[in-house]
Amino acid sequence: MKKVIMGNHALSYGATLARVQVIAAYPITPQTQVVELLSEIVADKKLDAEFIKVESEHSAMAACIGASTAGARTFTATSSQGLALMHELLHWAAGARLPIVMANINRALAPPWSIWTDQNDSLSQRDTGWMQFYCQSNQEVIDTLIQAYKVSEQVLMPSMIILDAFSLSHTYEIVDIPDKDLVDEFLPPFNFKYKLDVNEPRAFSGLTTPDWYMEFRVKMHEAQRSAIDIIKKEGKLFGKMFGREYSTVDPYMTDDAEIIMITSGTAASTARYTVDLLRKKGIKVGNLRMRVLRPFPFDDVRNYLSKAQKVVIIDRNISFGYHGIWSQEVKSALYGYSDVPVFSFIAGLGGRDIFPSTIEGIINKVVKLDKPEKDLYWVEVRK
Amino acid sequence: MAKDRKKIEFKGIEELPPMAMSLKSMAANETGSWRNIRPVINYDKCINCMICWKFCPDAAVDIINEEPVINLTFCKGCAICAEECPTDAIDMVKEGR
Repeated sequence: MKKVIMGNHALSYGATLARVQVIAAYPITPQTQVVELLSEIVADKKLDAEFIKVESEHSAMAACIGASTAGARTFTATSSQGLALMHELLHWAAGARLPIVMANINRALAPPWSIWTDQNDSLSQRDTGWMQFYCQSNQEVIDTLIQAYKVSEQVLMPSMIILDAFSLSHTYEIVDIPDKDLVDEFLPPFNFKYKLDVNEPRAFSGLTTPDWYMEFRVKMHEAQRSAIDIIKKEGKLFGKMFGREYSTVDPYMTDDAEIIMITSGTAASTARYTVDLLRKKGIKVGNLRMRVLRPFPFDDVRNYLSKAQKVVIIDRNISFGYHGIWSQEVKSALYGYSDVPVFSFIAGLGGRDIFPSTIEGIINKVVKLDKPEKDLYWVEVRK
Repeated sequence: MAKDRKKIEFKGIEELPPMAMSLKSMAANETGSWRNIRPVINYDKCINCMICWKFCPDAAVDIINEEPVINLTFCKGCAICAEECPTDAIDMVKEGR
Protein backbone atom coordinates (compact mmCIF):
# COMPACT_ATOMS: atom_id res chain seq x y z
CA MET A 1 0.00 0.00 0.00
CA LYS A 2 1.37 3.39 -0.98
CA LYS A 3 1.32 6.22 1.53
CA VAL A 4 2.73 9.72 1.63
CA ILE A 5 4.72 9.82 4.87
CA MET A 6 7.67 11.53 6.51
CA GLY A 7 10.93 9.67 7.11
CA ASN A 8 10.30 9.53 10.84
CA HIS A 9 7.01 7.75 10.30
CA ALA A 10 8.65 5.36 7.81
CA LEU A 11 10.67 4.23 10.83
CA SER A 12 7.54 3.87 13.00
CA TYR A 13 5.78 1.76 10.35
CA GLY A 14 8.96 -0.23 9.73
CA ALA A 15 9.33 -1.06 13.43
CA THR A 16 5.67 -2.08 13.53
CA LEU A 17 6.10 -4.38 10.54
CA ALA A 18 9.22 -5.86 12.15
CA ARG A 19 7.03 -6.68 15.18
CA VAL A 20 9.44 -5.16 17.68
CA GLN A 21 8.66 -6.29 21.22
CA VAL A 22 10.32 -3.61 23.32
CA ILE A 23 10.67 0.09 22.49
CA ALA A 24 12.54 2.42 24.83
CA ALA A 25 13.18 5.96 23.77
CA TYR A 26 13.68 9.52 24.90
CA PRO A 27 12.48 12.43 22.77
CA ILE A 28 14.89 14.68 20.86
CA THR A 29 14.38 16.85 17.82
CA PRO A 30 14.30 15.77 14.97
CA GLN A 31 13.60 12.16 16.05
CA THR A 32 10.60 12.60 18.34
CA GLN A 33 7.87 11.67 15.86
CA VAL A 34 9.39 8.21 15.36
CA VAL A 35 8.46 7.08 18.85
CA GLU A 36 5.49 9.42 19.16
CA LEU A 37 3.68 7.45 16.44
CA LEU A 38 4.96 4.16 17.82
CA SER A 39 3.56 4.99 21.27
CA GLU A 40 0.14 5.52 19.64
CA ILE A 41 0.43 2.27 17.69
CA VAL A 42 1.26 0.39 20.90
CA ALA A 43 -1.49 2.17 22.88
CA ASP A 44 -4.01 1.24 20.17
CA LYS A 45 -2.87 -2.37 20.53
CA LYS A 46 -1.89 -2.56 16.86
CA LEU A 47 1.56 -3.73 17.96
CA ASP A 48 2.14 -6.12 20.85
CA ALA A 49 5.10 -4.35 22.44
CA GLU A 50 6.28 -2.85 25.72
CA PHE A 51 6.82 0.89 25.38
CA ILE A 52 9.26 1.92 28.11
CA LYS A 53 9.47 5.60 29.00
CA VAL A 54 12.96 6.45 30.22
CA GLU A 55 14.73 9.50 31.64
CA SER A 56 17.59 9.72 29.14
CA GLU A 57 19.04 8.20 25.99
CA HIS A 58 21.60 6.39 28.13
CA SER A 59 18.70 4.68 29.91
CA ALA A 60 16.91 4.03 26.61
CA MET A 61 19.84 2.00 25.34
CA ALA A 62 20.23 0.32 28.75
CA ALA A 63 16.57 -0.77 28.59
CA CYS A 64 17.07 -2.10 25.05
CA ILE A 65 20.16 -4.01 26.22
CA GLY A 66 18.21 -5.61 29.07
CA ALA A 67 15.27 -6.55 26.85
CA SER A 68 17.50 -7.83 24.07
CA THR A 69 19.46 -9.97 26.57
CA ALA A 70 16.13 -11.57 27.45
CA GLY A 71 15.60 -12.34 23.76
CA ALA A 72 13.22 -9.53 22.77
CA ARG A 73 13.37 -7.69 19.45
CA THR A 74 14.11 -4.12 20.49
CA PHE A 75 14.01 -0.69 18.89
CA THR A 76 14.95 2.84 19.81
CA ALA A 77 15.56 6.07 17.96
CA THR A 78 17.65 9.11 18.75
CA SER A 79 19.71 11.93 17.31
CA SER A 80 22.88 13.93 17.87
CA GLN A 81 23.33 14.81 21.57
CA GLY A 82 21.14 11.85 22.48
CA LEU A 83 23.33 9.46 20.51
CA ALA A 84 26.42 10.99 22.12
CA LEU A 85 24.92 10.38 25.57
CA MET A 86 24.33 6.72 24.61
CA HIS A 87 27.96 6.25 23.62
CA GLU A 88 29.04 4.07 26.56
CA LEU A 89 26.15 1.68 26.03
CA LEU A 90 26.66 1.48 22.27
CA HIS A 91 29.92 -0.32 23.02
CA TRP A 92 28.07 -2.47 25.54
CA ALA A 93 25.32 -3.51 23.09
CA ALA A 94 27.88 -4.53 20.47
CA GLY A 95 30.24 -6.29 22.90
CA ALA A 96 27.31 -8.22 24.39
CA ARG A 97 26.40 -9.17 20.79
CA LEU A 98 22.82 -7.89 21.01
CA PRO A 99 21.02 -7.38 17.68
CA ILE A 100 19.38 -4.11 18.71
CA VAL A 101 18.26 -1.89 15.84
CA MET A 102 18.22 1.86 16.34
CA ALA A 103 17.42 4.79 14.12
CA ASN A 104 19.60 7.87 14.29
CA ILE A 105 18.51 11.07 12.63
CA ASN A 106 21.69 12.88 11.58
CA ARG A 107 21.76 16.20 13.39
CA ALA A 108 24.76 18.47 13.86
CA LEU A 109 26.39 18.40 17.30
CA ALA A 110 26.52 21.45 19.55
CA PRO A 111 27.89 23.96 20.23
CA PRO A 112 26.83 26.04 18.46
CA TRP A 113 23.37 24.59 19.01
CA SER A 114 21.85 23.17 15.85
CA ILE A 115 18.95 20.93 14.91
CA TRP A 116 19.86 20.52 11.22
CA THR A 117 21.60 17.67 9.48
CA ASP A 118 25.19 16.57 9.32
CA GLN A 119 26.86 13.22 9.91
CA ASN A 120 29.27 13.88 12.75
CA ASP A 121 26.94 12.35 15.35
CA SER A 122 26.72 8.89 13.75
CA LEU A 123 30.25 8.87 12.35
CA SER A 124 31.58 9.59 15.86
CA GLN A 125 30.14 6.17 16.78
CA ARG A 126 32.03 4.44 13.97
CA ASP A 127 34.15 2.23 16.23
CA THR A 128 31.48 1.09 18.68
CA GLY A 129 30.79 -2.15 16.77
CA TRP A 130 27.44 -1.03 15.34
CA MET A 131 26.63 -1.63 11.71
CA GLN A 132 25.65 1.64 10.03
CA PHE A 133 23.23 2.06 7.12
CA TYR A 134 22.83 5.49 5.47
CA CYS A 135 19.52 6.06 3.67
CA GLN A 136 18.63 8.41 0.82
CA SER A 137 14.84 8.08 0.69
CA ASN A 138 11.93 7.31 3.00
CA GLN A 139 11.35 4.11 1.02
CA GLU A 140 14.89 3.04 1.76
CA VAL A 141 14.39 3.89 5.44
CA ILE A 142 11.48 1.49 5.93
CA ASP A 143 13.07 -1.23 3.76
CA THR A 144 16.43 -0.97 5.52
CA LEU A 145 14.90 -1.13 9.00
CA ILE A 146 13.29 -4.48 8.14
CA GLN A 147 16.48 -5.83 6.55
CA ALA A 148 18.62 -4.62 9.46
CA TYR A 149 16.82 -6.88 11.93
CA LYS A 150 17.38 -9.84 9.65
CA VAL A 151 21.10 -9.09 9.26
CA SER A 152 21.68 -8.17 12.92
CA GLU A 153 19.95 -11.28 14.23
CA GLN A 154 22.12 -13.50 12.04
CA VAL A 155 25.47 -11.98 12.94
CA LEU A 156 24.53 -10.82 16.48
CA MET A 157 25.71 -7.25 16.02
CA PRO A 158 23.51 -4.13 16.43
CA SER A 159 22.46 -1.88 13.54
CA MET A 160 21.97 1.84 13.17
CA ILE A 161 19.63 3.19 10.47
CA ILE A 162 20.69 6.71 9.60
CA LEU A 163 18.77 9.48 7.88
CA ASP A 164 19.24 13.20 7.41
CA ALA A 165 17.43 15.61 9.71
CA PHE A 166 14.52 17.34 7.98
CA SER A 167 15.57 16.53 4.41
CA LEU A 168 14.35 13.00 5.19
CA SER A 169 13.05 12.94 8.75
CA HIS A 170 10.37 15.58 8.10
CA THR A 171 10.06 15.33 4.33
CA TYR A 172 6.94 13.64 2.99
CA GLU A 173 7.53 11.14 0.20
CA ILE A 174 5.56 8.36 -1.42
CA VAL A 175 6.43 5.13 0.37
CA ASP A 176 5.28 1.68 -0.62
CA ILE A 177 4.56 0.13 2.79
CA PRO A 178 5.64 -3.52 2.56
CA ASP A 179 2.93 -6.14 2.92
CA LYS A 180 2.60 -7.39 6.50
CA ASP A 181 2.44 -11.09 5.64
CA LEU A 182 5.40 -10.82 3.27
CA VAL A 183 7.44 -9.09 5.99
CA ASP A 184 6.56 -11.95 8.37
CA GLU A 185 7.83 -14.35 5.75
CA PHE A 186 11.02 -12.34 5.21
CA LEU A 187 11.70 -11.70 8.90
CA PRO A 188 10.89 -14.63 11.21
CA PRO A 189 10.65 -14.08 14.99
CA PHE A 190 13.94 -13.54 16.83
CA ASN A 191 15.10 -16.73 18.49
CA PHE A 192 18.12 -15.85 20.66
CA LYS A 193 20.33 -18.81 21.45
CA TYR A 194 22.17 -16.98 24.26
CA LYS A 195 19.23 -15.30 25.97
CA LEU A 196 18.77 -14.73 29.69
CA ASP A 197 16.79 -17.70 30.92
CA VAL A 198 15.66 -18.39 34.49
CA ASN A 199 15.83 -22.12 33.82
CA GLU A 200 19.47 -21.84 32.84
CA PRO A 201 20.92 -18.99 34.91
CA ARG A 202 23.97 -17.24 33.49
CA ALA A 203 26.05 -14.19 34.20
CA PHE A 204 26.73 -12.02 31.14
CA SER A 205 29.59 -9.71 30.17
CA GLY A 206 31.63 -10.53 33.28
CA LEU A 207 35.28 -9.74 33.91
CA THR A 208 37.38 -11.31 31.18
CA THR A 209 41.13 -11.51 31.68
CA PRO A 210 43.74 -10.62 29.06
CA ASP A 211 43.91 -14.35 28.38
CA TRP A 212 40.57 -14.30 26.47
CA TYR A 213 39.51 -10.66 25.87
CA MET A 214 41.14 -10.50 22.44
CA GLU A 215 39.36 -13.58 21.17
CA PHE A 216 36.00 -11.90 21.85
CA ARG A 217 37.19 -8.91 19.81
CA VAL A 218 38.20 -11.22 16.95
CA LYS A 219 34.70 -12.71 17.03
CA MET A 220 33.06 -9.26 16.86
CA HIS A 221 35.22 -8.30 13.91
CA GLU A 222 34.54 -11.54 12.06
CA ALA A 223 30.81 -11.15 12.68
CA GLN A 224 30.95 -7.69 11.09
CA ARG A 225 32.97 -8.90 8.12
CA SER A 226 30.57 -11.81 7.56
CA ALA A 227 27.72 -9.29 7.50
CA ILE A 228 28.89 -7.94 4.10
CA ASP A 229 27.68 -11.04 2.28
CA ILE A 230 24.57 -11.29 4.46
CA ILE A 231 23.61 -7.66 3.73
CA LYS A 232 23.89 -8.44 0.00
CA LYS A 233 22.07 -11.77 0.26
CA GLU A 234 19.17 -10.30 2.25
CA GLY A 235 19.14 -7.21 0.01
CA LYS A 236 18.70 -9.49 -2.99
CA LEU A 237 16.00 -11.59 -1.32
CA PHE A 238 14.23 -8.38 -0.32
CA GLY A 239 14.38 -7.32 -3.98
CA LYS A 240 12.83 -10.59 -5.05
CA MET A 241 10.02 -10.34 -2.51
CA PHE A 242 9.32 -6.60 -2.53
CA GLY A 243 10.73 -5.39 -5.86
CA ARG A 244 13.47 -3.19 -4.41
CA GLU A 245 17.00 -4.61 -4.23
CA TYR A 246 19.75 -3.28 -1.93
CA SER A 247 23.50 -3.71 -1.53
CA THR A 248 26.41 -2.14 0.36
CA VAL A 249 26.96 0.58 -2.22
CA ASP A 250 24.68 2.01 -4.88
CA PRO A 251 26.33 3.02 -8.20
CA TYR A 252 24.89 5.46 -10.71
CA MET A 253 26.44 5.93 -14.18
CA THR A 254 29.81 4.69 -12.92
CA ASP A 255 30.59 2.29 -15.80
CA ASP A 256 32.10 4.85 -18.19
CA ALA A 257 32.64 7.64 -15.66
CA GLU A 258 35.98 9.47 -15.64
CA ILE A 259 35.07 11.24 -12.41
CA ILE A 260 33.25 9.30 -9.72
CA MET A 261 31.90 11.25 -6.80
CA ILE A 262 31.12 9.53 -3.55
CA THR A 263 28.23 10.72 -1.43
CA SER A 264 25.92 9.36 1.24
CA GLY A 265 22.48 10.17 2.62
CA THR A 266 20.23 12.65 0.81
CA ALA A 267 23.19 14.43 -0.80
CA ALA A 268 23.36 11.35 -3.04
CA SER A 269 19.95 12.08 -4.59
CA THR A 270 21.11 15.60 -5.41
CA ALA A 271 24.37 14.18 -6.75
CA ARG A 272 22.47 11.91 -9.15
CA TYR A 273 20.32 14.75 -10.39
CA THR A 274 23.52 16.72 -10.98
CA VAL A 275 25.17 13.78 -12.77
CA ASP A 276 22.36 13.97 -15.33
CA LEU A 277 22.88 17.72 -15.75
CA LEU A 278 26.65 17.38 -16.14
CA ARG A 279 26.37 14.47 -18.55
CA LYS A 280 24.30 16.71 -20.83
CA LYS A 281 27.23 19.15 -20.77
CA GLY A 282 29.61 16.34 -21.78
CA ILE A 283 31.29 15.72 -18.43
CA LYS A 284 31.64 11.99 -17.82
CA VAL A 285 30.73 11.84 -14.16
CA GLY A 286 29.12 9.12 -12.06
CA ASN A 287 28.03 8.67 -8.47
CA LEU A 288 28.77 5.97 -5.93
CA ARG A 289 26.44 6.18 -2.98
CA MET A 290 27.77 4.67 0.22
CA ARG A 291 24.95 2.82 1.97
CA VAL A 292 27.00 0.93 4.56
CA LEU A 293 29.83 2.39 6.66
CA ARG A 294 30.32 -0.66 8.88
CA PRO A 295 31.06 -3.31 7.88
CA PHE A 296 33.11 -1.34 5.34
CA PRO A 297 32.59 -2.72 1.81
CA PHE A 298 36.26 -2.68 0.73
CA ASP A 299 35.81 -4.88 -2.35
CA ASP A 300 32.81 -3.01 -3.74
CA VAL A 301 34.47 0.37 -3.30
CA ARG A 302 37.71 -0.84 -4.97
CA ASN A 303 35.73 -2.48 -7.74
CA TYR A 304 33.54 0.51 -8.64
CA LEU A 305 36.43 2.98 -8.43
CA SER A 306 38.88 0.84 -10.40
CA LYS A 307 38.29 2.59 -13.74
CA ALA A 308 37.84 6.14 -12.46
CA GLN A 309 40.46 8.76 -13.36
CA LYS A 310 39.46 10.98 -10.44
CA VAL A 311 37.54 10.31 -7.27
CA VAL A 312 35.64 13.10 -5.53
CA ILE A 313 34.32 12.61 -2.02
CA ILE A 314 31.70 14.96 -0.65
CA ASP A 315 31.66 14.71 3.13
CA ARG A 316 28.87 16.16 5.25
CA ASN A 317 31.10 15.79 8.31
CA ILE A 318 34.59 16.68 9.47
CA SER A 319 37.27 15.00 11.51
CA PHE A 320 38.88 18.16 12.88
CA GLY A 321 42.55 18.36 12.06
CA TYR A 322 42.20 15.73 9.33
CA HIS A 323 39.49 15.86 6.65
CA GLY A 324 36.14 14.23 5.88
CA ILE A 325 35.50 10.85 7.44
CA TRP A 326 34.21 9.11 4.30
CA SER A 327 37.36 10.42 2.57
CA GLN A 328 39.47 8.77 5.21
CA GLU A 329 37.56 5.49 4.80
CA VAL A 330 37.67 5.44 1.00
CA LYS A 331 41.33 6.49 0.76
CA SER A 332 42.23 3.70 3.14
CA ALA A 333 40.35 1.19 0.98
CA LEU A 334 42.19 2.40 -2.16
CA TYR A 335 45.66 2.42 -0.64
CA GLY A 336 47.83 -0.19 -2.33
CA TYR A 337 45.12 -0.91 -4.92
CA SER A 338 44.89 2.28 -6.90
CA ASP A 339 46.79 5.53 -7.51
CA VAL A 340 43.66 7.43 -8.52
CA PRO A 341 43.74 11.00 -7.17
CA VAL A 342 41.14 11.55 -4.44
CA PHE A 343 39.62 15.02 -3.90
CA SER A 344 38.04 15.64 -0.49
CA PHE A 345 35.29 18.21 -0.17
CA ILE A 346 33.38 19.25 2.95
CA ALA A 347 29.87 20.57 2.33
CA GLY A 348 26.53 21.01 4.00
CA LEU A 349 27.54 21.04 7.67
CA GLY A 350 24.89 22.06 10.18
CA GLY A 351 22.17 21.50 7.58
CA ARG A 352 23.46 23.93 4.98
CA ASP A 353 21.84 22.91 1.71
CA ILE A 354 23.80 20.95 -0.86
CA PHE A 355 22.26 22.19 -4.10
CA PRO A 356 22.83 20.81 -7.61
CA SER A 357 24.79 24.03 -8.15
CA THR A 358 26.96 23.16 -5.13
CA ILE A 359 27.86 19.82 -6.67
CA GLU A 360 28.30 21.34 -10.11
CA GLY A 361 30.78 23.79 -8.57
CA ILE A 362 32.73 20.92 -7.04
CA ILE A 363 32.92 18.95 -10.27
CA ASN A 364 33.85 22.03 -12.34
CA LYS A 365 36.75 22.60 -9.97
CA VAL A 366 37.94 18.98 -10.19
CA VAL A 367 37.73 18.93 -14.00
CA LYS A 368 40.48 21.59 -14.11
CA LEU A 369 42.83 19.82 -11.71
CA ASP A 370 45.08 16.82 -12.33
CA LYS A 371 45.43 16.11 -8.64
CA PRO A 372 44.35 17.78 -5.40
CA GLU A 373 46.39 20.82 -4.35
CA LYS A 374 45.35 20.34 -0.72
CA ASP A 375 43.99 17.73 1.68
CA LEU A 376 40.51 19.20 1.83
CA TYR A 377 38.36 21.78 0.10
CA TRP A 378 35.64 23.67 1.99
CA VAL A 379 32.59 24.19 -0.16
CA GLU A 380 30.68 27.49 -0.27
CA VAL A 381 32.26 28.92 2.88
CA ARG A 382 32.47 32.69 3.38
CA LYS A 383 35.84 34.35 2.92
CA MET B 1 26.03 -29.54 49.26
CA ALA B 2 29.52 -29.00 47.87
CA LYS B 3 29.35 -26.76 44.83
CA ASP B 4 30.30 -27.75 41.32
CA ARG B 5 33.53 -25.80 41.02
CA LYS B 6 34.81 -27.56 37.94
CA LYS B 7 36.44 -25.03 35.63
CA ILE B 8 35.35 -24.76 32.00
CA GLU B 9 38.22 -24.93 29.56
CA PHE B 10 37.99 -23.71 25.97
CA LYS B 11 40.29 -25.35 23.49
CA GLY B 12 40.08 -22.49 21.03
CA ILE B 13 38.10 -19.60 19.59
CA GLU B 14 35.54 -21.87 17.92
CA GLU B 15 34.33 -23.19 21.26
CA LEU B 16 34.02 -19.71 22.72
CA PRO B 17 30.48 -18.25 22.79
CA PRO B 18 30.11 -14.95 20.89
CA MET B 19 29.82 -12.95 24.10
CA ALA B 20 31.42 -13.31 27.53
CA MET B 21 29.03 -15.31 29.70
CA SER B 22 29.18 -17.87 32.43
CA LEU B 23 28.38 -21.33 31.15
CA LYS B 24 27.44 -22.60 34.59
CA SER B 25 27.11 -21.34 38.17
CA MET B 26 29.50 -18.56 39.20
CA ALA B 27 30.92 -21.11 41.66
CA ALA B 28 33.15 -22.21 38.78
CA ASN B 29 34.53 -18.72 38.36
CA GLU B 30 37.53 -18.47 40.72
CA THR B 31 38.01 -14.94 41.96
CA GLY B 32 41.47 -15.29 43.52
CA SER B 33 42.85 -15.50 47.03
CA TRP B 34 43.27 -11.78 47.77
CA ARG B 35 41.81 -10.37 51.01
CA ASN B 36 42.85 -8.32 54.06
CA ILE B 37 41.09 -10.33 56.75
CA ARG B 38 40.20 -14.00 56.79
CA PRO B 39 37.33 -15.78 58.54
CA VAL B 40 38.38 -18.56 60.92
CA ILE B 41 35.64 -20.85 62.23
CA ASN B 42 35.79 -22.01 65.82
CA TYR B 43 34.13 -25.40 65.43
CA ASP B 44 33.60 -25.75 69.22
CA LYS B 45 31.15 -22.87 69.04
CA CYS B 46 29.68 -23.68 65.60
CA ILE B 47 26.12 -25.11 65.71
CA ASN B 48 25.96 -25.84 61.95
CA CYS B 49 23.01 -23.48 61.49
CA MET B 50 24.18 -22.62 57.93
CA ILE B 51 23.51 -18.89 58.38
CA CYS B 52 27.06 -18.13 57.19
CA TRP B 53 26.45 -20.29 54.11
CA LYS B 54 23.22 -18.46 53.40
CA PHE B 55 24.59 -14.94 53.88
CA CYS B 56 27.93 -15.24 52.07
CA PRO B 57 27.62 -12.90 49.04
CA ASP B 58 30.19 -14.83 47.02
CA ALA B 59 29.03 -18.37 47.87
CA ALA B 60 32.44 -18.97 49.48
CA VAL B 61 31.07 -21.22 52.22
CA ASP B 62 30.90 -24.89 51.36
CA ILE B 63 29.08 -27.37 53.59
CA ILE B 64 31.28 -30.43 53.96
CA ASN B 65 30.17 -33.29 56.26
CA GLU B 66 27.42 -30.96 57.54
CA GLU B 67 29.97 -28.35 58.68
CA PRO B 68 30.74 -24.99 57.08
CA VAL B 69 34.15 -24.69 55.40
CA ILE B 70 35.38 -21.38 53.97
CA ASN B 71 36.76 -21.67 50.44
CA LEU B 72 39.59 -19.15 50.41
CA THR B 73 39.74 -19.03 46.59
CA PHE B 74 36.45 -17.13 46.73
CA CYS B 75 36.34 -15.44 50.16
CA LYS B 76 37.21 -11.73 50.00
CA GLY B 77 37.03 -11.17 53.76
CA CYS B 78 33.88 -9.05 53.93
CA ALA B 79 33.12 -10.46 57.40
CA ILE B 80 29.37 -10.73 56.85
CA CYS B 81 29.57 -14.34 58.08
CA ALA B 82 31.27 -13.24 61.31
CA GLU B 83 28.72 -10.47 61.81
CA GLU B 84 25.73 -12.78 61.24
CA CYS B 85 26.98 -15.84 63.17
CA PRO B 86 24.53 -16.30 66.14
CA THR B 87 27.19 -17.94 68.37
CA ASP B 88 30.12 -15.67 67.42
CA ALA B 89 31.96 -18.71 66.15
CA ILE B 90 33.81 -16.84 63.38
CA ASP B 91 36.85 -14.67 64.04
CA MET B 92 38.27 -12.35 61.40
CA VAL B 93 42.06 -12.70 61.40
CA LYS B 94 44.46 -10.30 59.68
CA GLU B 95 46.21 -11.72 56.63
CA GLY B 96 49.95 -11.26 56.43
CA ARG B 97 53.22 -12.80 57.40
